[in-house]
Amino acid sequence: MRRILLTIVLAVLCMAGAQRAAAQDFQTLLQDNADEVADPGRSTVGALLETLIASGDPAVSTFLERWQDRQVVRNAEDGLFYYAGRKTGDTVQLLDIETAEPAAEAPAGAVSEIRPNGGVRREIAGALVRFQLSDPNIASRRAALDAIARSPDADQIEPLAASIEGEPDDTIRVRKEQLVAMLTVRFGDDTAERVAAIESLSGSLSLDARATLNQTLTLRAGVAADLPDANIARVLEPGEDLTPDAAYAQLVEADLAPPRISPTAIRDALAANLSGGEVGGVLVERLSDPAARLVAYDSLAARGFVPPRVTEDEVAAALDSHVFYEVYDEPDAAVTTAAQAMLTRIETAVAVNQTIDLSLDALSLASIYFLAAIGLAITFGVMGVINMAHGEFIMMGAYTGYVVQLFIPDYTLSLVVALPLAFAVTFGAGVAMERLVIRWLYHRPLESLLATFGISIALQQLAKNIFGTQARPLTSPGWLDGALVINEVVSIAYIRIAIFVLALVFLGLILLVLNRTRLGLEVRAVTQNAGMAASMGINPDRINMLTFGLGSGIAGIAGVAIGLYAKVTSEMGQDYIVQSFMTVVVGGVGNVWGTLAGAALIGVLQKGIEWMNPSNTLAAQTYMILFIILFIQFRPKGIVALKGRAAEA
Amino acid sequence: MATTDMAGPGFRPAPDRRPFILRNPSVMYFLAALAVFTLGVTLLSEATGVGFLSTSFVKTLGKTLCLCLVAVAMDVVWGYCGILSLGHMAFFGIGGYAIGMWLMYARTEIIVAESLAASVIPPTPDEVRDAIGSQIFGVVGASEFPWVWGFASSLPLQLLMVVAVPGLLALVFGWLAFRTRVAGVYLSILTQAMTLALALYLFQNDSGLRGNNGLSGLQNIPGYGETSQDVISIAFFWASALALALGYVLFAWVVSGKMGSVVRGIRDNEARVRFLGYHVESYKLFIFTLTAVVAGIAGALYYPQAGIINPAELAPIASIYLAVWVAVGGRGRLYGAVIGAAFVSLLSSWFTGGGAPAINLGFYRIQWTDWWLILLGLSFVGVTLFAPKGIGGLFDLIAERRTPDRTGDYGPNDGAWRKEEGREE
Repeated sequence: MRRILLTIVLAVLCMAGAQRAAAQDFQTLLQDNADEVADPGRSTVGALLETLIASGDPAVSTFLERWQDRQVVRNAEDGLFYYAGRKTGDTVQLLDIETAEPAAEAPAGAVSEIRPNGGVRREIAGALVRFQLSDPNIASRRAALDAIARSPDADQIEPLAASIEGEPDDTIRVRKEQLVAMLTVRFGDDTAERVAAIESLSGSLSLDARATLNQTLTLRAGVAADLPDANIARVLEPGEDLTPDAAYAQLVEADLAPPRISPTAIRDALAANLSGGEVGGVLVERLSDPAARLVAYDSLAARGFVPPRVTEDEVAAALDSHVFYEVYDEPDAAVTTAAQAMLTRIETAVAVNQTIDLSLDALSLASIYFLAAIGLAITFGVMGVINMAHGEFIMMGAYTGYVVQLFIPDYTLSLVVALPLAFAVTFGAGVAMERLVIRWLYHRPLESLLATFGISIALQQLAKNIFGTQARPLTSPGWLDGALVINEVVSIAYIRIAIFVLALVFLGLILLVLNRTRLGLEVRAVTQNAGMAASMGINPDRINMLTFGLGSGIAGIAGVAIGLYAKVTSEMGQDYIVQSFMTVVVGGVGNVWGTLAGAALIGVLQKGIEWMNPSNTLAAQTYMILFIILFIQFRPKGIVALKGRAAEA
Repeated sequence: MATTDMAGPGFRPAPDRRPFILRNPSVMYFLAALAVFTLGVTLLSEATGVGFLSTSFVKTLGKTLCLCLVAVAMDVVWGYCGILSLGHMAFFGIGGYAIGMWLMYARTEIIVAESLAASVIPPTPDEVRDAIGSQIFGVVGASEFPWVWGFASSLPLQLLMVVAVPGLLALVFGWLAFRTRVAGVYLSILTQAMTLALALYLFQNDSGLRGNNGLSGLQNIPGYGETSQDVISIAFFWASALALALGYVLFAWVVSGKMGSVVRGIRDNEARVRFLGYHVESYKLFIFTLTAVVAGIAGALYYPQAGIINPAELAPIASIYLAVWVAVGGRGRLYGAVIGAAFVSLLSSWFTGGGAPAINLGFYRIQWTDWWLILLGLSFVGVTLFAPKGIGGLFDLIAERRTPDRTGDYGPNDGAWRKEEGREE
């Protein structure tokens, strides 16, 4: 950070110095070409512009802009060039040509305004673009490129192409080359050149490239008696490619057929021609029948009161006798063919990259579900107790993180403190809950469901009473902001990478505890057969307590992780609890790998369904739950099922 | 009641030939109490009595009776069959939606007919339908009738939907779940998932049921526009009381006799019942579907009194509350479910409605709207831990019935009140 500041300060100082040194030089330079500056000619100004730009003077850019805007004046008294300032009475303020600050004053009569004509101004504009494109300051080069990308123009091709040669920065050079290609595609004169430019877009994933191709491929719907000689994209068949109604509407719009009379229009026409309780010989009472309305309307039409109806036969005949097509706005078929092929290729590449991006998203979602569900899976596996308050332990962990941030303003440090503290708090809460409630209900699993649910709503309301209903922020440290951008399509937020790493760490830690420690051995023994474990001298009570605490503690850690990217509210646990249940049910009980598989399946599934129907996350969840209900049909015990007697216990 | 618990081998009790009601005196007591209550409310209401009870309170009581009915159904499926379904409030809601569709369609039809009557040309049926469609679905930006509204114009068909949709859903879901022998906590989680999926589906605007706006204006009964809400409320109260009475008798009949014994056997030890040769899945499926149908009927009576239904009513939390009512009232006895539902739901509306006075502790003021849920949550814990028999257990004290020794191993679920219960009251 300090280094960047230093660089900026140095750069500013250097620029200021350069400006001062050049001040005299630029006026001199102008004076050397004074006649040409004062009265530029379209054919001769080029040489002057070359000279000015070649000087590399930083004031050139401003000068060109103001020259173009007719703000440059010459003072007849000293013969020097100035920018025109404010005019007060008879005197005009003159601004220094270099610094644009008030330098002198002169009577209005002595000052002559320089008025370049239209042709000259176009030349100046081209030079200005070229000048900005070769500006030594990288930011202004970028700005110039952005400006070109925003409003592309045929005139920009040449200066842009010319500036590629001397471009020192690699990324900007690539960007320039791309821009030249895009401009050539749209505005080039030569077919071969444009096709070549289209080919050069190969491998680009940028939105700009796709937009350029799409702009080349814009379509216009057309209808005519015979297919015209144009760059036809495709011929449309009414009834297959477009509905007969839409096709007829197109005919009507092109004035090739009379409009159809809508039911509303018929009703209005009948109402307008109502007389003596009947219309066209039909009694008003009978007009609630659509057929009677048509009869009445036809008799009105026969008498010439209203335009006749278009019959279905006439519609069919009109559709038959015309050809419907879509035509490219771009007349050159070679260009559109090449652009279409390239667009397809780019879109395939984009789809591949989107799949990668989606997989990364799914992976991060899966790691969140894993963190949220692993505690639940362990407690369910060991004790057969579903802890409905598990979501509230997640919430408790997140609020712990929030409270820690109130006391420790440094976000990195507070996170380091919050993670173990959240574990400790929820571990304690879990142990307390196990001691006070769960242990009395081991043989009544359905009732433990209710009791833990009671605790869940009590905790939720308690959090609401303490912290209020509005969301509390849990701010992530600065180094977790932003995203790892791999290309224009694939990117992943650092915070999600961090959560993924956290999930990996916990996976490793849990495997280590379960497989390599005495506690893990005992936990596995109790999972498989509590009675047998007890007779081997393992104290199931103690194991249950510790397991419940462990599961709750991990929920607390998950809470901190979730709180970092989602808001902390008293209801946040509810958002994850059902997914956690699903993860456990799908993955299978009492097995870390099962939970991992379940989390991966649910994460991938949810992201996949969301991708298929991006506008509707509600539908995505609905379909996912339906899928899980069906999944249970085929693997009732989950992906990783316990085998042997333990499974029946 | 004398207990002749120990029946020797070969012992066969003489078949009881008394009428069903006499064999189950609790049903008689319940019906009598319900009749007295209904009569009392009728005499105190604004429409037919002295006007002591406001119309809105009569509606609250009528709604409470519907909740009691669904609680009885829940008691049968959970307290008797051992399936902790977290989906019965969803069936309740489906019943409400089914009747709500007709109510809304028919009422909008009347309004549209009135507004179109003024036009010069009489409207065609299509025009009427389009106008109704844009009235009902304008709020979700549509005007076409979705296919689910196909029967909405016909009351008999829509009444059929009230029982058919929850019944079919329960049948299909139950068949899928029981077939794979999903049981216990797993089954509860699955039913909860089903409920959540349904609620999320209904929350969408393109579900065809007006998204999260739900159906509204259901308190206006088409064809009775002139009748005041006082009369309508008492009519629905009577209908709810009748439905509760019929439902209670139906379930009391189902859970008594041989069928009831098998069902309780499934609750206590499913494997053993299966080994005895009973097709456990069929029994479970029958009970699950029957209770779902009754829940749908209860919902169809509830929502015209509530006036509005939206997808939030189907959320899983509602079904969990239902289970809590039954637990508080006392599982495995039908009157327990009624007491639990009435007690907790009325108490809940008293507390959350600001009826309970705030308690000033000096350093802190307890506002019950903030603290009621905490009290409720802790009371679940209390009830499950210390009073597994719920409020219904008080009746045992009165009847001086002793709790069977629950430390013995009667099966996997020690909390169930099994041996005594086998004899019925």
